[in-house]
Amino acid sequence: MLASLLIVFREVLEAGLIVGIVLAATQGIARRGGWIAGGIVVGVLGAAVLALFAGAISGALSGNGQEVFNATILIVAVLMLGWHNVWMAGHGRQMAQEMRAVGHAVSAGEQSLLALAVVVAVAVLREGAEVVLFLYGIAASSQEGAAALMLGGALGVGAGALVSYLLYRGLIAIPVNRLFSVTSWLIALLAAGMAGQAAAILAGADLIPAWGYQLWDTSWLLAQNSIPGQALHALIGYSDRPVGVQVVAYLVVLAALVAATRLVNAQSPKDRRRAASSSAAHGHHSS
Amino acid sequence: MSRRSHLFTALSGLALLAIGAVAAPARAADAVMLTLKDHRFNPAEVTVPAGERFTIEVSNQDDTPAEFESSDLRVEKIVVPGGKISVKAGPLKPGTYKFFDEYHPDTATGTVTATEKKN
Repeated sequence: MLASLLIVFREVLEAGLIVGIVLAATQGIARRGGWIAGGIVVGVLGAAVLALFAGAISGALSGNGQEVFNATILIVAVLMLGWHNVWMAGHGRQMAQEMRAVGHAVSAGEQSLLALAVVVAVAVLREGAEVVLFLYGIAASSQEGAAALMLGGALGVGAGALVSYLLYRGLIAIPVNRLFSVTSWLIALLAAGMAGQAAAILAGADLIPAWGYQLWDTSWLLAQNSIPGQALHALIGYSDRPVGVQVVAYLVVLAALVAATRLVNAQSPKDRRRAASSSAAHGHHSS
Repeated sequence: MSRRSHLFTALSGLALLAIGAVAAPARAADAVMLTLKDHRFNPAEVTVPAGERFTIEVSNQDDTPAEFESSDLRVEKIVVPGGKISVKAGPLKPGTYKFFDEYHPDTATGTVTATEKKN
């Protein structure tokens, strides 16, 4: 039972940490619950469908179907996260002011909710398909103790969800004027990590050049398959033995996001003035 | 010059370095064939030449799904019942590397040993 708990916990943890960050990033946006719950539901249903077609996907594209599929959905998530961050750079300040001033949810953020719902769906889909196949395997084989294994799986889902919830609670304890900049960094790192993963998957299948198969090895320090290593892998893209193109993709996406965010910030002086005057009206803040 | 353009220059430099530093690794001619049955790998121990990229083919003869995985080899791929997958790995330094079926890690484990080629 413990083994199946751990296997499911690991998969749920990866998706759950992403959901935790998204929840924190959308703190205060009206109707976010529906969008994010929708993303989770679509992800779970998609995972079941994906599991059903796992054989066909695997055989597609001369055996590279799984790699291309995983890399593609990761790239979609990177684009969505990037779009959200740039959008928030233009509106976040204003939203933060509104939240403080009015003290309740703002509706301005709904445009970026769809993007984040897609990210949630993709994260749940990817890890969920593996959980579905694992649980199907237990159910299909009439092995002894299948009930205990299923129970372990269910507990694994619960434990993964709990850790994600704790991350979320920890993040929203950050004061609201800091929360936006913290979550925007977390999302930038998340996006960079996903871009790196996508590149590593494609390089692993020889579909793109690897630019060096092992730039460094820090598995002695923090193994990527340990639970802290895996959590860091999901959150900031930690890799104990990265390929070259993975590091390049990581840095390029991170730099592009930081640059785009600064550019948008610089181009919205109107928002800034409004924010500044509103800020002055509601007391002094260092930001 | 702005900070942004410095960043761009630095990144371009890094990318060029990466391209320059890479020579395509040699390739092992034959794929390593593994069969999963009763949640065990056969063979469970295989040998590959060190310093070469190689292919592992895994055929799943059980009636439940498997996930061929190795953090040492950086591979992770689902194998449906009755299905067959191939993954690429390496080049490896001489040594022994573990792999396993993530869904049955108690029984389905094995190792790849990379050895220097005899000339």
